[in-house]
Amino acid sequence: MAERSESEEVKLLGMWASPFSRRIEIALTLKGVSYEFSEEDITNKSSLLLQLNPVYKMIPVLVHNGKPISESLVILEYIDETWRDNPILPQDPYEKAMARFWAKFVDEQIYVTAMKVVGKIGEERDAVVEATRDLLMFLEKELVGKDFFGGRSLGFVDIVATLVAFWLMRTEEIVGVKVVPVEKFPEIHRWVKNLLGNDVIKKCIPPEDEHLQYIRARSCVLSLGFV
Amino acid sequence: MARSDVKLIGAWASPFVMRPRIALNLKSVPYEFLQETFGSKSELLLKSNPVHKKIPVLLHGDKPVCESNIIVEYIDDTWSSSGPSMLPSDPYDRAMARFWAAYIDEKWFVALKSFLKAGGEEEKKAVIAQLEEGNAFLEKAFIDCSKGKPFFNGDNIGYLDIALGCFLAWLRVTELAVSHKILDEAKTPSLSKWAENFCNDPAVKPVMPETAKLAEFAKKIFPKPQA
Repeated sequence: MAERSESEEVKLLGMWASPFSRRIEIALTLKGVSYEFSEEDITNKSSLLLQLNPVYKMIPVLVHNGKPISESLVILEYIDETWRDNPILPQDPYEKAMARFWAKFVDEQIYVTAMKVVGKIGEERDAVVEATRDLLMFLEKELVGKDFFGGRSLGFVDIVATLVAFWLMRTEEIVGVKVVPVEKFPEIHRWVKNLLGNDVIKKCIPPEDEHLQYIRARSCVLSLGFV
Repeated sequence: MARSDVKLIGAWASPFVMRPRIALNLKSVPYEFLQETFGSKSELLLKSNPVHKKIPVLLHGDKPVCESNIIVEYIDDTWSSSGPSMLPSDPYDRAMARFWAAYIDEKWFVALKSFLKAGGEEEKKAVIAQLEEGNAFLEKAFIDCSKGKPFFNGDNIGYLDIALGCFLAWLRVTELAVSHKILDEAKTPSLSKWAENFCNDPAVKPVMPETAKLAEFAKKIFPKPQA
């Protein structure tokens, strides 16, 4: 059982449709950590958010015993080091380095490239889709012979890559292009099914209907709809 | 043999390459330095880092580790019994070190790099404002992290010292090129003192490029004449 002292207070400033916020909820839930969730209106940021994250002024922010931590990958490592049950990162230094590498790849390469599709049509859009697919192919190869990026169970990269499974892949309907077709990415599709078989994932991802509605509402023509 | 077991693919002028070099020095790990020729990428580099095709790449045995800050943590984890720890032991302090290291790469260095390329006065003013805000953040971060000791990591240099300190030679070159003091003792006294201490550290001195040599190199790769 995760140890909890009386004075321990965990608060998460987040946003229900943000993949960066949801990944923190997944980690906390996996570890059995109770937390208070504070929904932020990102179009009208609270003074608390601005005070707790003066550098980026963004969610998610984890507050543990009054001390704030920002940047989702930093928060995930903090959670893993503070609550030791159900480890998220591997112990082996090389495996750990690889997990950090792929997580960074998802956020800095896949996410950034995929976002460029916003507002693009025709050839420009096709070029972005192609570039995104080239990057996703690296993830596809990583999954061969594995149920999850973390091996037999969920790990750091799986939690971070929910961005691909439940944001990038959910926007296909709105974007009007199958960015991740099953013929090209059978491993990724198999991995998504494995994720959906996990109770924590099912509990922590945004409900599909509301999420799709939100994405549609927020986008003009093409938007991935995350913060 | 121990020496050939560890190789580092890099280049003398790259601040990112400096990071693992300092870390290996701190841990007294002998390594073979494989210098890339500027303007071309070796077969070994392309094979070892197919995703990014960038230096530095650490080769430990035949296993490649990529991304400079990830390599530094790998070195700390792998040679943990050698030399002082490069990260604090407390999870919150570790989170702060990782947060600021990410900030340095995403915001601070981006601003520094754009200074060298900045065209008109307006552009320069905007970059100066960005850097001054960044320096103010880092001055405060230094005071918080160092807790009265000479380095971000305390008595000895560590992960965050390396993450920022690797840019000091380029910072000096930029200051000369644009005739503007970027790191100002009057505005950031603690950071300035830290910079001096960092550059004098025995693990840093052998791998910190000479300002004159670096300035010559900068003229080659940034052909636009400055000031």
